[in-house]
Amino acid sequence: MPRDSTIKKVLVIGSGPIVIGQSAEFDYSGSQACKALREEGVKVILLNSNPATIQTDPALADRIYIEPLQADVLERIIKDERPDGLLATMGGQTALNLAMEMHQKGVLDRYGVRMLGTGIDSIHAAEDRGAFNRLIASIHEPQLKSVAATSHEQAREFAQTHGFPLILRPAFTLGGTGGGIARDKAEFDSLLTLGFTLSPTHQILIEESVLGWAEFEYEMMRDGEDNCITICNMENVDPMGVHTGESVVVAPSQTLSDDEHQMLRSAAIKIIRALKIEGGCNIQFAVNQKTGEYVVVEVNPRLSRSSALASKATGYPIARVAAKIALGYSLHEILNAVTQTTPASFEPALDYCVLKIPRWPFDKMPKAERRLGTQMKSTGEVMAIGRTFEEAYLKAMRSLEQKSPVIKDAELEHHLTQPTDLRFPAVLRALQLGWGRDKVATLTSIHPWFIDRFAAIAQMEARLKSEPFSIPLLASAKRMGFSDAHISSISGQEEHALRSLRIKAGIKPTYKMVDTCAGEFEAKTPYYYSTYESENESVRSARRKVVIIGSGPIRIGQGIEFDYCACHASFCLRQLGIESILINNNPETISTDFDTSDKLYFEPLTFEEVLNVIEQEKPDGVIVQFGGQTSINLAERLAAAGVPILGTPLDGIDIAEDRERFRELLSRLGIAQPKNGTARNQPEAIAEAARIGYPIVVRPSYVIAGRGMAIVNDEEELKTYIAEAVDVSEKRPVLIDQYIDRAIECEIDGVGDGERLWIAGLMEHIERAGVHSGDASCVVPPVRLKEEVQAKLLEYSRAISKSLGIVGAINIQYVVRDDVIYVLEANPRASRTMPYLSKATGIPIVQLATRVQLGEKLKDIAPPEPLSLPYYAVKSVVFPFLKLRGADFVLGPEMKSTGESMGIDQSFPIAYYKSLRGANLRLPAKGTIALSLKDGDKERALPLAKQLISLGYSIAATPGTAAQMAELSGRIQVLKKLAEGEPNLVSELKAGRIQMVFNTPSKGGRASSDGFAIRRASLEANVPCITNFEAAEALAEALAAAQGGEVKPKCLQEYWKKE
Amino acid sequence: MAQKRAVLVLSDGSAYFGSGLGAPSLRAGELVFNTGMTGYQEALTDPSYAGQILLMTYPLIGNYGLNHEWVESGKVHVEGFCVRQDYGAPHHIKSEHNLDSYLSDNGIGGISGIDTRALTRKIRTHGVMPAALEVFEEKEADISALVEKARATDYSQLDFVEKVSTGKMYSSHPSSNAQTISGKKVALLDCGVKGNIIHELNKRGCEVMVFPAFTKADEIRSFSPNGVVVSNGPGDPARLGSIVAEMKTLMKDYPLMGICLGHQLLGWAAGSKTYKLKFGHRGGNHPVLDKKLGRVAITTQNHGFAVDEAGLGPDWEITHTNLNDKTNEGIAHKSLPIFSVQYHPEAHPGPRDSMYLFDQFVKSL
Repeated sequence: MPRDSTIKKVLVIGSGPIVIGQSAEFDYSGSQACKALREEGVKVILLNSNPATIQTDPALADRIYIEPLQADVLERIIKDERPDGLLATMGGQTALNLAMEMHQKGVLDRYGVRMLGTGIDSIHAAEDRGAFNRLIASIHEPQLKSVAATSHEQAREFAQTHGFPLILRPAFTLGGTGGGIARDKAEFDSLLTLGFTLSPTHQILIEESVLGWAEFEYEMMRDGEDNCITICNMENVDPMGVHTGESVVVAPSQTLSDDEHQMLRSAAIKIIRALKIEGGCNIQFAVNQKTGEYVVVEVNPRLSRSSALASKATGYPIARVAAKIALGYSLHEILNAVTQTTPASFEPALDYCVLKIPRWPFDKMPKAERRLGTQMKSTGEVMAIGRTFEEAYLKAMRSLEQKSPVIKDAELEHHLTQPTDLRFPAVLRALQLGWGRDKVATLTSIHPWFIDRFAAIAQMEARLKSEPFSIPLLASAKRMGFSDAHISSISGQEEHALRSLRIKAGIKPTYKMVDTCAGEFEAKTPYYYSTYESENESVRSARRKVVIIGSGPIRIGQGIEFDYCACHASFCLRQLGIESILINNNPETISTDFDTSDKLYFEPLTFEEVLNVIEQEKPDGVIVQFGGQTSINLAERLAAAGVPILGTPLDGIDIAEDRERFRELLSRLGIAQPKNGTARNQPEAIAEAARIGYPIVVRPSYVIAGRGMAIVNDEEELKTYIAEAVDVSEKRPVLIDQYIDRAIECEIDGVGDGERLWIAGLMEHIERAGVHSGDASCVVPPVRLKEEVQAKLLEYSRAISKSLGIVGAINIQYVVRDDVIYVLEANPRASRTMPYLSKATGIPIVQLATRVQLGEKLKDIAPPEPLSLPYYAVKSVVFPFLKLRGADFVLGPEMKSTGESMGIDQSFPIAYYKSLRGANLRLPAKGTIALSLKDGDKERALPLAKQLISLGYSIAATPGTAAQMAELSGRIQVLKKLAEGEPNLVSELKAGRIQMVFNTPSKGGRASSDGFAIRRASLEANVPCITNFEAAEALAEALAAAQGGEVKPKCLQEYWKKE
Repeated sequence: MAQKRAVLVLSDGSAYFGSGLGAPSLRAGELVFNTGMTGYQEALTDPSYAGQILLMTYPLIGNYGLNHEWVESGKVHVEGFCVRQDYGAPHHIKSEHNLDSYLSDNGIGGISGIDTRALTRKIRTHGVMPAALEVFEEKEADISALVEKARATDYSQLDFVEKVSTGKMYSSHPSSNAQTISGKKVALLDCGVKGNIIHELNKRGCEVMVFPAFTKADEIRSFSPNGVVVSNGPGDPARLGSIVAEMKTLMKDYPLMGICLGHQLLGWAAGSKTYKLKFGHRGGNHPVLDKKLGRVAITTQNHGFAVDEAGLGPDWEITHTNLNDKTNEGIAHKSLPIFSVQYHPEAHPGPRDSMYLFDQFVKSL
């Protein structure tokens, strides 16, 4: 069927800030969809609160709303824009839920908006557990015994009949939030309470457990004419019981016979037809490989994390095709964008093995429980491609950029039987110890075929250890997927010498193409992976070319912002007619999309693999500024190997990162810095701390996002820190800084051309100093900094940038107390605020930073500095605490947030209000706000409480805080301490009588036990909890402003208009 | 025991060394590739591969083992088997053999550890080509002799159907758990039939009388079948004029269904000719448009020749088209219940989207 010409204007909903379970994959699918729609002449209206997204770029949407993903906002946009259609299957669960809400409220009917692609009834049938179960039963497909419980009684009755263990999944939550495995009644009851709170429909699916069965996923596509195809099938290496987002996943399946694969494929087609999906969907099956029986586990009637993986694994652009289907096309009317000659109605054939491994945040949150289950805990993932499973696994492990902690032999069995993030290293270790395949397979419930692959790796390690070194042995190890560094760590040869020897022996990687068709047809889109085979398919062009190094997996501290930068650098190169060559390994992102760059290498970002690509391509330059710490860390070694690094000279990078040299520079420039020192051991640290004076900030040198950083108040704390931190930082020293509290933190982002600095914005943090800049909310232009201080900040920035010889991006962080400016740090690379500033100003800052690296001068290309905006743009952040049991969410110098939102408005309080709502905070319009403040904040509580009361809120307070508000005695509810009985803050939260909590933790971030319990309880009650006093004050202002008049969404293009 | 080694030599003189699989042997055939990611045993035992050395583009082969169930005929028909990586210790509850022992038991040689993608690209660019595969233990392979052997092999000049067809007629009856017992009898001309074609007909309640490919029409009539199926099989259809002649007479009186080679022969019977494709279609992901239904099926394919649509007589219509290269995938008689498809509705291996064709055929009986 040809395209439906009545669809002229489409509203696309994004997924909001990056959170665990909803990551960059939805910017990937959303952007691809926007591109596909615009290709057809459709006008795109985009709603997303996340500014660090490509889909919110003017190149992808005609009208961009960076506004909260909330029903009232969406309704207003629909009213103003009157789109013909709504595309809600690209923005994860968030977008889907919003669309369903719009439908239920009659908004879609009222304004004549059609749901494009998969319809309301289909979404309902897939998402409502009761309806889904009935549908599956009606087509005679096997399913788990389950109940969609809406009450405790109903749930308990099911438990009584079926016994434990049982799996609980709250309906309509993302990434399995609130779900889990109940092994006994106590676990069952606690999951029930949590699940009913979190499910927007107060419904929990409770099902019998098939723990230990194998899990398979089918990525399916269907068009309006009932044509169905399988894009890819994937096998979870982890058995059932581990969320698929937490599993190591291989594509295609490895252990299914053709008969079994076709059985599941046929079932999947039956299901997608019964659901009448129009577009993509993901169907999960559990298979008992001892008996051959299977059950349907669940269906996602939308694009998902798995579909992003399937797209990258096969080269098939699922979102693009789904968007075309939504416009009315049939599959065979859409061209395969990779071959450009064959239709999209085919099933990709792979001639390689793809492996995905999740990236978990336990390095940043060591207290969080490492055990994996039905709820997601990982923040990102890597993908690797190899010609064998072993090769893909070894490449994926390297792509994680994470040193695996040493597993104690005594704990091996624990990691094998209770799945944790360390289970695969544990499998390898157990095999090295000679535990035997069958034993390991039994302990882990992992299919023995996979255990055998690990055994092959273990055996190769043993050979490298015991056999005399030889070229054939080296060749075998390389062919299996071992890195030079890995081989050198076993065999003892120095890595560089090994590399030379290897190249001399002719053992060099070959590059193979991902072409959707296993070589059957010629492909036009060059997407490559390395392997050690005989034929190299990558042909070096004669064009001028630049390599961009990406940022790898999304982790706390290095998120989607850097991928945004890498994409923009690539767009810029292509506009300039320069061949752009990207290296990255994150399957969720746009930088690894087949048409973002001229050439894509899907590779681990190690020195060896990056240099291999560079030797293959011999580029005119390499850009290292846009891949976060990952790429900048490679700069020195690459330069030493003769690679032309573009932008800021290495010496400038070194000065910025070397404390001694940076200190010298600042003192030469006459710019103050917090007092600081360096210590290599405990006595040195104690002496330095005494000299500087407590409180101090301590951290290991060379860090990503404040890893291992802490505020230390006294010698006792310092001793504890040193004891823990030394093995975090390996041989590097501990850095000690004076902690300047009660101050304003601020930062600038800019672009230098070696002489001049073009400043993109001066951002003022809302929280007091001491909160990691990545966790702080901030605003442009500043609201508290005096004008003369601002002028001085710009002046300092220009001086520092010039001295460092910055060519390209720079970010400088400051702290200001009593109008005195101290420099905290300078980062000679793109920062995570660059996308946010680009959205705030409408200027493609990264492109500017790219062009200066290619030799252009600011005076020729830069627009005026956007320093005085006639509106405010506020960045807020989201935290992953709900998903990570055991983690406390006190903010400090260690970064903990996963994503960000932006609010933009003429008024600062409203912009802040929007940004908080955009960060998924459920701000109450009325009800009770509970205050529990630390010493130092308590004294300031009275005016805050008064303001809240005047806005119509009731106030409850813990005894200490209440005591500071004697004036309000009788008008506020005084709660008891937890130990003193009820009512206390936790019991009131559980009872649903508190709508928001202001809790500032005492003593520089250390959790008192009451505070910890209060914060945890507010999370589990899904009640916002503000842990910073300045943020609470700003929020009160925001609530007041929001009451003062209607908060209206407005599209970015309106803000950007030149007055 | 010495480790088995192997070499694959192409008629262009290139040689690929790898580990040996299966029986020490020296055989030649036409080198073809298959893009299916599962179903290696079904492919090995598919008689249509007679005379060919089969290369799997998916690199990991043998993962789930082999057994007596996943077979399409009583023996391995390929002349040789090429894989990137085989696994000696497969894991599947139904597995009975690994790839090496299975090939050995069948007296066939294989090679693993070679750059199968490089070979696939070569075939894609230059077309299928003759090759020789030697598996050896002690002595070194004589490459120039292998090149000679490869060059001396001409697939188009060989007759394969008589070698793979049944020697004598036999009947296969519906199993007791068939969907229905239709009481219908189907005469099947065995040009190298895959077991599942018979099975699918049995499943639909038909008794299948399997005849040697060159059985005369009159003999078939004497068994009073309700319909005729002409099966898949190996080789160049242009060499099978005698079967076409018998089909022409049978068509007048019986509903007829052709599959793969059977389709090509029906093409000849309908006045057309066939031509050789550059590298054929082999795999389980080929999109075919059923023009009557307006629907796309993902199909299993295994053929090196195609029906030339230009020559079809006026009574015939084109019913199916391959969406990748627009070659013919199906024809039907405009008024009589006669049709054929180039692909494999019986699957095994591959997708089961097209089983409806068997329903259609059985309904016409």
